Amino acid sequence: MSLAPTNAELAVGGGPSLPETSGNGRKFTINLRQSGIYIAFAAIVVLFTILTDGDMLAPQNISNIIVQNSYILILAIGMILVIISGHIDLSVGSVVAATGAIAAVLMVNHHVPWPLALLITIVVGAAIGAWQGYWVAYFGIPAFIVTLAGMLLFRAITYMILGNRGIGPFPESVRTLANGFTDGYLGNIGLGSYLGGADLLSVLIGVFAVVGIVVSQWRSRAGRVRYGQVVEAFPLFIAKIVIAAVVVMFVIVQLARFRNLPWVLVLLAVLVLGYSVLTNRAVFGRQIYAVGGNLQAATLSGVKVKSVVFWIFVNMGVLSAIAGMIFAGRLNQANPTGGDQFELDAIAAAFIGGAAVQGGVGKVVGAITGGLIMGVINNGMSLIGAQSEKVMLVKGAVLLAAVAFDVWTKRRAGASR
Amino acid sequence: MSDTILRMRDITKTFPGVKALSDVNLEVSRGEIHAICGENGAGKSTLMKVLSGVYPHGDYEGDIEFDGQECRFAGIRDSEHRGIVIIHQELALASNLSVAENIFLGNEQSKRGLIDWNKTNAAAAELMQRVGLNENPVTQVLDLGVGKQQLVEIAKALSKRVQLLILDEPTAALNDDDSAHLLGLLRGLREQGITSVIISHKLNEVLEIADRVTILRDGRTITTLPAEGLTEDKIISGMVGRDLDHRFPPHEPNIGDEVLRIEDWTVHSPTQHGRLLVQNATLSVRRGEIVGLAGLMGAGRTELAMSVFGRSYGTGISGRIIKDGQEIKLRSVREAIRHGIAYATEDRKRYGLNLIEDIKRNVSAAALGKLAKGGWVDDNEEFKVAEEYRRSLNIKAPSVSSITGKLSGGNQQKVVLSKWIFTDPDVLILDEPTRGIDVGAKYEIYTIINRLADEGKAVLLISSELPELLGLCDRIYTLSAGRITGEVPRAEATQESLMTLMTAGQEAPR
Repeated sequence: MSLAPTNAELAVGGGPSLPETSGNGRKFTINLRQSGIYIAFAAIVVLFTILTDGDMLAPQNISNIIVQNSYILILAIGMILVIISGHIDLSVGSVVAATGAIAAVLMVNHHVPWPLALLITIVVGAAIGAWQGYWVAYFGIPAFIVTLAGMLLFRAITYMILGNRGIGPFPESVRTLANGFTDGYLGNIGLGSYLGGADLLSVLIGVFAVVGIVVSQWRSRAGRVRYGQVVEAFPLFIAKIVIAAVVVMFVIVQLARFRNLPWVLVLLAVLVLGYSVLTNRAVFGRQIYAVGGNLQAATLSGVKVKSVVFWIFVNMGVLSAIAGMIFAGRLNQANPTGGDQFELDAIAAAFIGGAAVQGGVGKVVGAITGGLIMGVINNGMSLIGAQSEKVMLVKGAVLLAAVAFDVWTKRRAGASR
Repeated sequence: MSDTILRMRDITKTFPGVKALSDVNLEVSRGEIHAICGENGAGKSTLMKVLSGVYPHGDYEGDIEFDGQECRFAGIRDSEHRGIVIIHQELALASNLSVAENIFLGNEQSKRGLIDWNKTNAAAAELMQRVGLNENPVTQVLDLGVGKQQLVEIAKALSKRVQLLILDEPTAALNDDDSAHLLGLLRGLREQGITSVIISHKLNEVLEIADRVTILRDGRTITTLPAEGLTEDKIISGMVGRDLDHRFPPHEPNIGDEVLRIEDWTVHSPTQHGRLLVQNATLSVRRGEIVGLAGLMGAGRTELAMSVFGRSYGTGISGRIIKDGQEIKLRSVREAIRHGIAYATEDRKRYGLNLIEDIKRNVSAAALGKLAKGGWVDDNEEFKVAEEYRRSLNIKAPSVSSITGKLSGGNQQKVVLSKWIFTDPDVLILDEPTRGIDVGAKYEIYTIINRLADEGKAVLLISSELPELLGLCDRIYTLSAGRITGEVPRAEATQESLMTLMTAGQEAPR
């Protein structure tokens, strides 16, 4: 930063800006690529709402979508980090089963208090992640192979732990976390004759969330303006906040009318918020993008690439363990075949959500949206009575279309150079 | 010498922003060994790629006449069909296949759609005998040394009934015995009527084997001379005899104490066991000084720089690094950066930038810690820092949120420089900082380098362009075959004296 300001000779070389038109065209492409996923999500929700005569957005159904997909969404958060770094994890389904089994054995067979059992299970998940991370990062085996082996290994370990049968039932607290709802501590509030009664606490949490969104967005924008950064047009900024507020309030009011907030929603909200900030703002998060974007450049910039990859896999293990417990708790039983093909759903969520196959690109919120798209398709098609093979067909087509769109926009952006 | 087998007339080849060849003429007589000499970037390889169809007809201007007919090659297959075979410096062999399979790769000896292995191996054995390769045809190529792999390539060329054999730096990676064998083989092929074109930096070797020599400089033909009566000095003056037509910003050096000293530095090849890339090199840089490192392709310049920069290349590294009078150990890139050493790579796209990210994230990549508190990055500060560099280095982009992959080469290079200046280094190693950059941007980069020196930084500048070194550096080291062969102050250096030192000590095969 000690360089002197522009010297006269340098300034001769021409103005610092490119033609206005090309700049605008490029901005539009990027926006389409980034926001396409949210538009697609909205379109799919609207489509199924029409097809199901509004049942899609009924209070109980919204609650079902969240609870039924919670473990996939948790896995998708870990998976998007793995994919941004340029790797893949095929073992998460098996790890979900193995950690669920360990939690069950601890709580059901050995009567370990549930918070301690939870902690032990998470530590086991981290250890599994460290095992895979070691082979990938330090030994240099492609993640595809390591986690393919892991898929078999941890499935086998699950069978060995459970001895080919399910173990359950789980303690009440774990079931509540996986499947239950917050209590109506403050009682109900009337929302008029059409909506009826709703849980006051839930509604208040919703109001707080909206206020939080508004304040944080406003402050971030103010900070950028103070530094002279370009910000989006004010009406667009307001429109985005209003849409976010309406969506959040709608979902929360619907949930409050049903049975309050699912605990997993609270957990998910915390994870999404935490990991979004991590990927955007933390040094570690930035290094994940650097490693996936150009491994050699990251290495030559002093990033400890091996350590970054190692910890990404440890993180995946931890999130798999959390997902494992929630899945087992929801079924109230740890099952040797549990978690089968979860890895495919998590990977699909990440790619539908805008991750690039070569790595270096992706967002936590994108992966969550990708997961929700698949969840809504699952749910909506079962509401209209479609058979499961048709659901599979549609999900496969959506995945292919999403990645094809990504490749197409990238190629177009490259050609316009 | 009246019978001309190849005539390339007025060949011009343009890459975006760069004219690689302009009106190049080349005539090769039937049955001769014709050498092409020139500096790095003189256009030798581009010319051979035009000839062999790597750049198809229509991609260049001018005509090629081979064996009396005009040629319009659409690809390598066409040129090979006519008997023109090129053997690149980087050998193109499938190392997991056998010698015989490689020789007949793409030209399989088959009967009714099935490969006839007896015929394949017998024919291969015959060709191997012709090139003097005493191995079993079923040996895997990866079990052979580089010299023998080279012979496999030639055998493969012979299997295609080659008329004109082009060898790009064939002996660069070979030891003396293998080089001698190869040159002997080329003489033998000449007696069988095969014409060869050889591109080589080893001038003694050129004089020993070639019948005629064509010299290229800056994408133009300078002259074609019979090798008889030619000397190395004459070739060198043809290769470098260029006016200092680039403009260099005026610079008054203000040189202080020694900042970095590298002593007795030795680096081994990570891929070829026992091969030395750098041998007992010793050099030093002082505050405010711009020191040049000159050397031909493969002399070990980049290997030397990267091995110093936290051992990021090579194995079996030994020697001492003294920084500000104290010996330091740099075991990783992080340690090198912490000790105030920066290395801007010669290949900015592959090793320097995250092309899918924007300018600001690339600028901050090597010193993110400076922008972070407790592990959290302040992205407003990041924007501010990047914006300052965009202004002071005149990076031409709409904003620092522009994707680096979309910038021109010169602006990408400025982003790389910003990244390293932001680490606040004492020593900057700049590896080919102006490669592939247009003239205007080069001048800006030169200005930046001078400014860095004025601020008291020590700069080690690696460049293939001798005028650039002469125009910028206060002192120049020459590196040849991994050894420091000279240290010349700017006042005494000329292109000829540097080129002589850069080609010194390249052992001639007996």
